[in-house]
Amino acid sequence: MNLSQYPVLAPRAGPQLWRASGAAERLQRGVPTVPLPAGKRPAHPLPDPSDWTFELIERYHAAIADTAERFGLDTYPNQLEVISAEQMMDAYSSAGMPVGYRHWSYGKDFLATERRYRRGHMGLAYEIVINSNPCISYLMEENTTAMQALVIAHAAYGHNSFFKNNYLFGMWTDAGSIIDYLVYARDFVAQCEERHGVETVEQWLDSCHALSNLGVDRYRRPSKKNLARERAEREQREAYAQQQVNVLWRTLPTRPGKDSAAQENERFPREPEENLLYFVEKNAPLMEPWQREIVRIVRKIAQYFYPQRQTQVMNEGWATFWHYTLLNTMYDEGWLTDGVMIEWLSSHTNVIHQPPAGHRAYSGINPYALGFAMYRDIRRICQEPTEEDRRWFPDMAGTPWLPALHHAMQNYKDESFVGQYLSPQLMRDMRLFSIHDDASQRELLVSAIHNDDGYRTLRQTLSQQYDLGAREPNIQVWNVNLRGDRGLTLRHTRHQGRPLTDDVQEVLKHVARLWGFGVQLESVGGDGEAPVLVHSVPTPSA
Amino acid sequence: MALHIIDRRLSGKNKSVGNRERFVRRYKQQIAEAVQRAVGKRDIRHIEQAESITIPRKDIREPLFRHGQGGISDTVHPGNSDHVRGDRIARPQGGAGAGSGSQASDSGEGEDDFTFTLSKEEFMELFFEDLALPRLLRTHIASTHQFRMRRAGYSHDGTPQNLALLRTMGGALGRRIALTKAPQRELKALQMQLEALLAQDDGTSEVLAELQQRITALQARIAKVAFLDPIDLRFRSRTRVPEPSSQAVMFCLMDVSGSMDQARKELAKRFFILLYLFLTRHYEKIEIVFIRHHTQAAEVSEDEFFHSQETGGTIVSSALVLLDQIIRARYPAGDWNIYVAQASDGDNFNDDTGNCRNLLVEKILPLVRYYAYVQVVQDEQSLWQEYSQIARQFAHFALRKVSVPADIYPVFRDLFKKEGVAV
Repeated sequence: MNLSQYPVLAPRAGPQLWRASGAAERLQRGVPTVPLPAGKRPAHPLPDPSDWTFELIERYHAAIADTAERFGLDTYPNQLEVISAEQMMDAYSSAGMPVGYRHWSYGKDFLATERRYRRGHMGLAYEIVINSNPCISYLMEENTTAMQALVIAHAAYGHNSFFKNNYLFGMWTDAGSIIDYLVYARDFVAQCEERHGVETVEQWLDSCHALSNLGVDRYRRPSKKNLARERAEREQREAYAQQQVNVLWRTLPTRPGKDSAAQENERFPREPEENLLYFVEKNAPLMEPWQREIVRIVRKIAQYFYPQRQTQVMNEGWATFWHYTLLNTMYDEGWLTDGVMIEWLSSHTNVIHQPPAGHRAYSGINPYALGFAMYRDIRRICQEPTEEDRRWFPDMAGTPWLPALHHAMQNYKDESFVGQYLSPQLMRDMRLFSIHDDASQRELLVSAIHNDDGYRTLRQTLSQQYDLGAREPNIQVWNVNLRGDRGLTLRHTRHQGRPLTDDVQEVLKHVARLWGFGVQLESVGGDGEAPVLVHSVPTPSA
Repeated sequence: MALHIIDRRLSGKNKSVGNRERFVRRYKQQIAEAVQRAVGKRDIRHIEQAESITIPRKDIREPLFRHGQGGISDTVHPGNSDHVRGDRIARPQGGAGAGSGSQASDSGEGEDDFTFTLSKEEFMELFFEDLALPRLLRTHIASTHQFRMRRAGYSHDGTPQNLALLRTMGGALGRRIALTKAPQRELKALQMQLEALLAQDDGTSEVLAELQQRITALQARIAKVAFLDPIDLRFRSRTRVPEPSSQAVMFCLMDVSGSMDQARKELAKRFFILLYLFLTRHYEKIEIVFIRHHTQAAEVSEDEFFHSQETGGTIVSSALVLLDQIIRARYPAGDWNIYVAQASDGDNFNDDTGNCRNLLVEKILPLVRYYAYVQVVQDEQSLWQEYSQIARQFAHFALRKVSVPADIYPVFRDLFKKEGVAV
């Protein structure tokens, strides 16, 4: 495979380039308590023809970078890539990643995107940004100069600093090696296809994809590896894994006296395992080494996207807040013309538009709107706290806003961010209310609104709403029949009595294909009642 | 802060092609069915277009464990208008009302079908597949094959007979001037110096010797510039340009008497389509004339041709007479490549068959490039026998029986053999 088609991977000048600038050193000292003073006011604002040029992008970028630095935004080095609309659609359908293995489901996404775009049902996003080091942001060729400025501020400084500083990203993803890993995954899958046939591999990937949401480690942290090490370790791993599996399935008779009966009746796994893909990868007896490796690849990639799914409000809100703040500051300091301002503001208002519940366009809370409003609110609480704010946020009210804001960005995920920072003021502004929907009742109940009685309930409910644990069904590996038919038992713990969709049967078939033997799913309520068998799938034939 | 801007616009924009192709392969059966339906609906003339294909969404779902409807859910929504705590609201019926909000989008997933557009090439690929055309023929139909060589400036390499002498020598001269101008100038100056020196000196001083040495060196250097160098060579270059052929007319003749039912007409239509496609590759401009007949013949529109049904007997010669008239009135054989495709169930009045023969042999066959007859039933009646005899006499007359679409191909085999393409 020729890697040169992906110049993303070309050796880069290295980090010394950006360390050379003064910004990084200053950032080492941490976030300033107040924005650093502006430089000299420019004689003329930056030119704003609607057609951008590379030179203009550089000038805008320089001005934005300067401003961002004054606010203490700490980012990976930036790599801006200009792409066309078609390429944007390509990027869309591969979850924004520049490299990826082939699978029909990506083709499906591409067709759907393409159709909606051609029909004019949907505009393409102005930008896509990749959590990698250097941070890659795509600028679409069709954007005007003003839009490019907006995208640079939003993606290359907003998202970028979020990726670099949020604790979840720091803990779960490794920006430096993701591109390498994707290249490795693509090559490996291609090799497997050559050796075992496209359809065999495709079926296997289908099965892995069906479980990808449950292929995430919530507690352990993945190690950092580069492409070469990943390759070298694979073979070792394959051999070792097979050996381990064999020990587990040992059929030697038990030696009296040495192996106690208790050991025989012991459940396996001893503790329920939440990472289904990890469990099958390590324990399925019949899996071929290449199949194990593909399970691992899907699992790793799911893991990479896990923080993004947990920080949508925070991430988008942060990026939106900063493009808003940076561009406004630049305007105040004479960098931007009125035309540029009006143009990006118009996009900005579209992005943060929140139609009220019951409106035709309403489809849940807009994460951009909520996130943006919350960061603005944090700034407000710091700068102009009211009596109420002092009561609700005694630690934060009246303190310097920049450190408070960075703290809020670095140490939370959506769930805890909402739980910590949603203020009564904002609940009133957004006129939030909560609905209690009990399927056994004929009507819905309004359980809380934006008043003194409701603030805490609302905040808690909304925070729950962003809890991935509550949004996705809780399914764990419960038991394996080690001495019998090797059947795998999964246990679904119902959250507030909510059942699973009819897909269960299909997904179980996929699990059975991965596991190689029969699989059953049992369901338990939250209150310790006896488990009910929901579905079972027999051992797949060959 | 350092910045890399990379212009990625020129690097491959079709990264998703592989994935897309996998999708099409996976759902080939559904897509092929959709193509069948589309072919039925299309005009012959518009057969070669992209097509929207619709697949039921449930067929392409990727299953996941998800929360279903039921149980208890608490959700927060913005934009409260007049609710207070404890209000009871009627449950909205499916859709994004105040109640179900975000849940509606992940569990409901939209019941509408998945629609996408098949490109022209993919559509034709699937269309050909059904006709059981061999690969070679398929590619032959699917690409423009007639080219002409045309002059296209000069190139650095080529065969000796294409050497452009004037251009080469001109280039060589230019190169020689460019390479020797400065030394020549220097040489001239030195020679002047030498002469001046010689005029006042006896020719023994060291300065003189050195001058002479430098002059010799320069002269040697100038002499070393080759008269003709390989880089001077220029060759006349040629490129292949697609050669548009002249115009063609295609006559579609069909029996529309009661015995031709819709299925038989569909078969005939496939045949006409293939002929049309073949012609589009060879001719720039194609006209299609539809003639239908029972006891009388008439020139009709395509829609009428395929979709109206009349009862009555069959007199094939009526159509041939009309065909002959039209050719003579509108398509003189000198200006037009004439192709005729006739489809029938072989039914004819017995005493009319002789007329057909005479008309064909004397009037029509001398004018046309190719005449193809397809019979959509297996019985051999008088028309078939008569036509078989004609086929023996005329190489550009072909007849076949066709009962399923895959049978249509052999007729084309004959056609392509004539064009000198190995199949």
